[in-house]
Amino acid sequence: MTLTRRGLLGTAAATSMLPFARARAADAGIKIGVLGDMSGMYRDLSGPVSVACAKQAIADFGAAAKGIPVEVLVGDHQNKPDIGAGIAGQWFDRDGVDLVVDVPNSAVALAVSNVGHLKNKVVIACGPGTADLTGPQCTPNTIHWSFDTWMLAHSTGGAMVKTGGDTWFFITADYAFGHAMQRDTATFVKEAGGKVLGNVDTPFPGTTDFSSFLLQAQSTGAKVIGLANAGSDTVNCIKQAAEFGVNKSARLAGLLVFISDVHALGLQNAQGLVLTETFYWDLNDRTRAFTNRLLPATGGARPGMGQAGVYGGVFHYLQAVEKMGVAAAKASGAAAVAQMKAMPTDDDAFGPGSIRADGRALHPAYLFQVKAPSESKGQWDYYKLLATTPADEAFRPLKDGHCSLVHT
Amino acid sequence: MFSIFGVPGPLLFGQLLLGLINGGFYAMLSLGLAVIFGMLNIINFAHGAVFMMGAFVAWMLLNYLGVNYWFALILSPLIVAAFGVVLEKTIISRLYALDHLYGLLLTFGLALVIEGLFRNEYGSSGMPYQIPALLSGAVNLGFMFLPIYRGWVIVAAVVVCFATWLLIEKTKLGSLLRAATENPALVQAFGVNVPRLVTLTFAGGVALAAFAGVLAAPIYSVNPNMGSNFINTVFAVVVIGGMGSIFGAIVSGFGLGVIEGLTKVFYPQASDTVIFVVMVLVLLTRPAGLFGKAA
Repeated sequence: MTLTRRGLLGTAAATSMLPFARARAADAGIKIGVLGDMSGMYRDLSGPVSVACAKQAIADFGAAAKGIPVEVLVGDHQNKPDIGAGIAGQWFDRDGVDLVVDVPNSAVALAVSNVGHLKNKVVIACGPGTADLTGPQCTPNTIHWSFDTWMLAHSTGGAMVKTGGDTWFFITADYAFGHAMQRDTATFVKEAGGKVLGNVDTPFPGTTDFSSFLLQAQSTGAKVIGLANAGSDTVNCIKQAAEFGVNKSARLAGLLVFISDVHALGLQNAQGLVLTETFYWDLNDRTRAFTNRLLPATGGARPGMGQAGVYGGVFHYLQAVEKMGVAAAKASGAAAVAQMKAMPTDDDAFGPGSIRADGRALHPAYLFQVKAPSESKGQWDYYKLLATTPADEAFRPLKDGHCSLVHT
Repeated sequence: MFSIFGVPGPLLFGQLLLGLINGGFYAMLSLGLAVIFGMLNIINFAHGAVFMMGAFVAWMLLNYLGVNYWFALILSPLIVAAFGVVLEKTIISRLYALDHLYGLLLTFGLALVIEGLFRNEYGSSGMPYQIPALLSGAVNLGFMFLPIYRGWVIVAAVVVCFATWLLIEKTKLGSLLRAATENPALVQAFGVNVPRLVTLTFAGGVALAAFAGVLAAPIYSVNPNMGSNFINTVFAVVVIGGMGSIFGAIVSGFGLGVIEGLTKVFYPQASDTVIFVVMVLVLLTRPAGLFGKAA
């Protein structure tokens, strides 16, 4: 047989259709779509490690042994709300997906949460920050795992003001998450008697040079510069603050910092930074055991709280499915979420916890400080624990969220 | 303290200086693009990926082979230029006879492939690269605190831009190059190996981008997206300066850096769009760009 270009193209086209054919055949089981940033600036706090976490949850739950077929699909929303909502819609309508999980980037998450509600499926948001997901924009189909802007502001912001950082300037990524992060932190700063001196909204994505914003912050004389951004924006801010000596005249508050960011900065640049996460791989025996099971699939990278949330969320969802039956869980996303709220959560990454009426998953929040290079005993030994906020105090009180699902 | 339009003077001077530093990067990158476009007629969208490769090769040299910053500054552009030679010989040279659009599509695809490969291997949040000991620290200029490294970036950018301009406008090699773009057949008839000249030009443009990449490595995180953040702006700079104009690329690179820096003070949200506003205005009044020759 001779190989022709046309023949090759034809074969390629035919094979590209195969996954869809297979997808339709397996409608009897549970389908989980991991919708993350696979190619952009949030890839390292979502991306392939989130996929590995979802698969780990399925293995640890023992789906195969329990006779529940579970399939994982992966999507890349490219940090664009229209693409994210498009993929989710297609998954729900065409591919029979029951649960969309991860969804970093608040703007994308708000869009996908609406789609999940419209189609009566389940959305477990682990990567986005906006507390609106369990506030004015809450739905009976959405659960928010891992963290939110209120919790981060409360933990990191509160700790900063308590130790004398009472005047603030914000460097804010100009989109839903940045604005929510700044709003929530500013509220705490003002409540504690501090003052907000100003802010700059930086174009998102695409800003790489933050030095002029840092100098603007410095010129106001603020004691704390709040970084209401994430991922490589935060990395560049911290790196350039050290370069310009801005970190000597003011303290930096990384309002959303993941372990992948600290890894990218190196301890030399990141040491002393105060931050909040709800998961750290080296926290206790259970987190270490979970991380050790996961490592072969991540190439050595330790998961951050968003990725661990994918594990916790999927694990809990599958337990709810087991309890109510696959058919019932597939029939109504809202019923599955109600079942999840009725059961206490317990997984190796987050320990025992619960899910509130507004969809907020509750777990303790840990205030960490990044170690100096001399304190670190090995690779990924980055954090020391400063304080723990118990689960019932870590998140916004139910009555303050203005979620329509909460009747008080 | 005096102020201009409600902005304190020292802050404004600081922004002007920072604008010049970023302008240095724009100038070096757009210079490489202008050289490649001027001589090869290829709109090289892979330029940002090459810039990123320059930074990554410097990182690899340091972490795998222990080669320090100063050697990387020379070695990394050479290594990336060698990659450029392979690219030109095997793929890009096939497009010279075709419309511009094909070169643009091909190099855009190449950029995506290169960035994707690096992202798969190294993730997206980047690698740390420390400022060399000799250039660490900062000087207090009175109105701002200038890191010595940033000062070095301006100096290096100005020197490299000026040297490239001299090479192309004032030397024998440069005049051969320019002649080869005007009329390749005639230059070939005089016994000059034009295809080799073209390959070397491409390698030279690529080396310029890689050099800028090494300079950028200690400032920005070394990550696979670092080039794509720059490339759109740099194209606007080339268009504003006049496609293929060496001098135009340098002047508009520095000028637009300053304009962008000032926008960051007065209306930060617009700092990534202001360059395109300038581009629209320039194209409306001078369609060939500020320094371009009308076709």
